[in-house]
Amino acid sequence: MATRPAGDLTVRVTGLRRAFGDAVVLDGADLTVGRGEVVALLGGSGSGKSTLLRALAGLDPEATGDIVVPDHYGVVFQEHRLLPWKRVADNVALGLPGAGARARALAALTEVGLGDRGDAWPAELSGGQSQRVAVARALVREPELLLLDEPFGALDALTRLRMQQLLQRLRDRHGFAALLVTHDVDEALLLADRALVLEGGRIAEELPIGLPRPRHQDDPGFGGLRRHLLDRLGVPAV
Amino acid sequence: MTAVADPPALRSRTPLRRRTRGPRRWHRLISPLVLLAVWETAARTGVLPEEKVPAPSLVARTGWRLATEGQLSEHLLDSLTRAAVGLLIGGTLAVALAATAALLRVGDNAIDPPVQMARMLPHLGLVPLLIIWVGIGEELKISLVALGSFFPLYFNTYAGIRDIDQRLVEAAKTCGLNQWERLRHVVLPGALPSLFLGLRLAIGAGWLSLVVGEQVNAQTGIGFLMMEAREFAQTDVVVFGLLVYAVLGLLSDTLIRIAERRTLAWRRGLQAT
Repeated sequence: MATRPAGDLTVRVTGLRRAFGDAVVLDGADLTVGRGEVVALLGGSGSGKSTLLRALAGLDPEATGDIVVPDHYGVVFQEHRLLPWKRVADNVALGLPGAGARARALAALTEVGLGDRGDAWPAELSGGQSQRVAVARALVREPELLLLDEPFGALDALTRLRMQQLLQRLRDRHGFAALLVTHDVDEALLLADRALVLEGGRIAEELPIGLPRPRHQDDPGFGGLRRHLLDRLGVPAV
Repeated sequence: MTAVADPPALRSRTPLRRRTRGPRRWHRLISPLVLLAVWETAARTGVLPEEKVPAPSLVARTGWRLATEGQLSEHLLDSLTRAAVGLLIGGTLAVALAATAALLRVGDNAIDPPVQMARMLPHLGLVPLLIIWVGIGEELKISLVALGSFFPLYFNTYAGIRDIDQRLVEAAKTCGLNQWERLRHVVLPGALPSLFLGLRLAIGAGWLSLVVGEQVNAQTGIGFLMMEAREFAQTDVVVFGLLVYAVLGLLSDTLIRIAERRTLAWRRGLQAT
């Protein structure tokens, strides 16, 4: 699984299958993510987006198929999943080798704007702050690839916008590739270079998003792409 | 000092809290003290016969005499040793077996059913069988304490490990933690609250077992002190022995709670929000 992908690909998945009992969720899905590319994975509820991401994160031993991901990857889940018994900095430093772990953790926390909260307990943070810590925990591993499973789905609208901007900044600075699972078409259009629609267990549509950056929901061209993706996801215009 | 600079809200809040908290605490002392006074008066006036219920002052004097003559410390040390050794054996077995059963499917199938069955046996009812097996010496007392403390610790450790949020384990996995590191950073701290609860229950059950065990042909220990006093109708010594058991239970529980509060500091943050 951990062999390096050929050429300028960071992720290469071929023939990914996963069934829960009789229900086939992934039926030979193929996808690639280029080096430094942000790919949004869209799909209706229950379409297998999260299943696909979990397989890529190595969390699903029963998924079959050919999966190639880089050695250094980070995962951000919809819930922050911080260990409540470790202080924020120790959560970020979890699993980091060597003596400089804490300094690196604090640097990552500073990048997400929480450099002064290293000694706090996770329970003392707000939802948005916790999610920023989760991003720092993924980031501190200097990943070539970030796997994001609806990372801002549980946040309020304002916090979500700020988090999307933060992710954009971090990506500009670090150049990691990312697979962003989301059900939010606007989020995909704001952040991704390419959008994939998962349907019937396969990638049913691939849509390059060539909008110039920095992007904004009011930009021309946004509406057409949004309309197209929503149609594809089964939400036609009324 | 800087009364002028103090915001008025701050100044009015402090006495408000005192007014509600101070007297209430003091009120809770009244009924025990009244009961003690009634007991003392009833004993002194002869309403309560001394051979049935000695006066508190007499129990206190007896306690002082036993303490200064050195008998108390000798028996106390023996009782404490039995409790500690029994708890160590029962507790170690409980945690080891519970961890194996909770973490490994094979362990769960092999260990949990017999433990669940054994739980149904009242362990204090095993005294006759234990006497046949290990005799009436120290082994009996230690076995009883170990048996008594085993079950609460086993069940709480097992439940504590099983209740750990799998999503946290997964997150640790994506941070590159191997199995042992996950055990150390996720499973152990996650199960610790249940472990502490189990320990407190185990200590309670351990003391109870010791009381029973020490009344079976012991030559030393607080229980022996009480049984010997019963033969000579020294009710004051019997009551004092009971008090010693109570204080020991209270002290051990307090110690565990202090350790718990220190170790589980992160939960205070949880309660604060």
